[in-house]
Amino acid sequence: MVGILVVCHSAKVAEGIAEIASQMVGERAKIVGVGGNEEGGIGTSTADIYDALRELLSECEGVVVIPDLGSAVLSTKAAIEFLTDAQKSKVIIADAPVLEGAMMAAVEASTGSSKEKVMQVAESAHLLKKHVN
Amino acid sequence: MLLFVLRDLDGGCNKLDNEKLDVNTTIAILERIKDIIEANKDYLTELDSAIGDADHGINMNRGFSKALEKVLNNQYADIGSVFKDVAMSLMSAVGGAAGPLYGTFFMRASMKLAGHKEADLELLAQAFREGLNGVIALGKAQPGDKTMVDALIPAIGALETAAKEGSSLKDGLAKALAMAEKGMKDTIPLVAKKGRASYLGERSAGHQDPGATSSCLILKAFYEALGN
Repeated sequence: MVGILVVCHSAKVAEGIAEIASQMVGERAKIVGVGGNEEGGIGTSTADIYDALRELLSECEGVVVIPDLGSAVLSTKAAIEFLTDAQKSKVIIADAPVLEGAMMAAVEASTGSSKEKVMQVAESAHLLKKHVN
Repeated sequence: MLLFVLRDLDGGCNKLDNEKLDVNTTIAILERIKDIIEANKDYLTELDSAIGDADHGINMNRGFSKALEKVLNNQYADIGSVFKDVAMSLMSAVGGAAGPLYGTFFMRASMKLAGHKEADLELLAQAFREGLNGVIALGKAQPGDKTMVDALIPAIGALETAAKEGSSLKDGLAKALAMAEKGMKDTIPLVAKKGRASYLGERSAGHQDPGATSSCLILKAFYEALGN
């Protein structure tokens, strides 16, 4: 099964989104949130993302990363550079809205889809309507 | 403190070699970067508060403080290893986009410098070029996007030209610094295309880019830390 890594500038946001997405799928998909700088402030840490990727890769066949913006994307790319080539080939980054993308990715991952399919579904969250009116 | 004393006994800190960059010189440069960034912490944050998220000075200061702390607590046989430890520290500690970007710069440069006890201007220019290529590959910034790349591209071009002309390390870095400063100032009228500033669109024009500014400060430290 494919795991989901949510990367945000705030650890609270990342963990909260992982929690919301997990509620949709229970134990059927693994979703982890990582965020904040080394000292727990706003930011992202390549080292923390690297550790989270390794943890997910130890139990998942692939990982789809859903970053919020800016340094979350760059720190994720830098973290991937430290993985082995075999590990690198199992990780993919989705250009998706972070909350909606994580939820849709979680549901897709729980059905046993490939990381490419999970990424595609996460990215389609751009089109999600909230029907507020 | 003991390490300071040991390096002084080695002669590294007191009489820096003008022509070659060795481990002691590299550590002296890092100390200078840390001091300059610290002295300009509020300035960088002020620039970043105009067009970004107002954390560049704080982030860079934290990153280079951690990098220096790590480097002073280790022994090094080659300059590549010093650059590598700086890279790892920046990637972990900076927290903003500058972390992976400068981290990648030092990491790619470290690969070129691996195994070298010292570097002349030519090797340093090659290492910086590798670093710049890494920054561009990661951040996808083009010249004129109002990023650190706008200072680094002309600076590293000048470093390479100086190396071809047989300039000394100090002269080469002086030329690189002058071009970086020009590139930094040239970011003022630009509209940002990358990073948090790009969300401001046209409103980002009229402000100097914080990333180009910190790149300039780093080059300034390389220049200033070398003996005359």
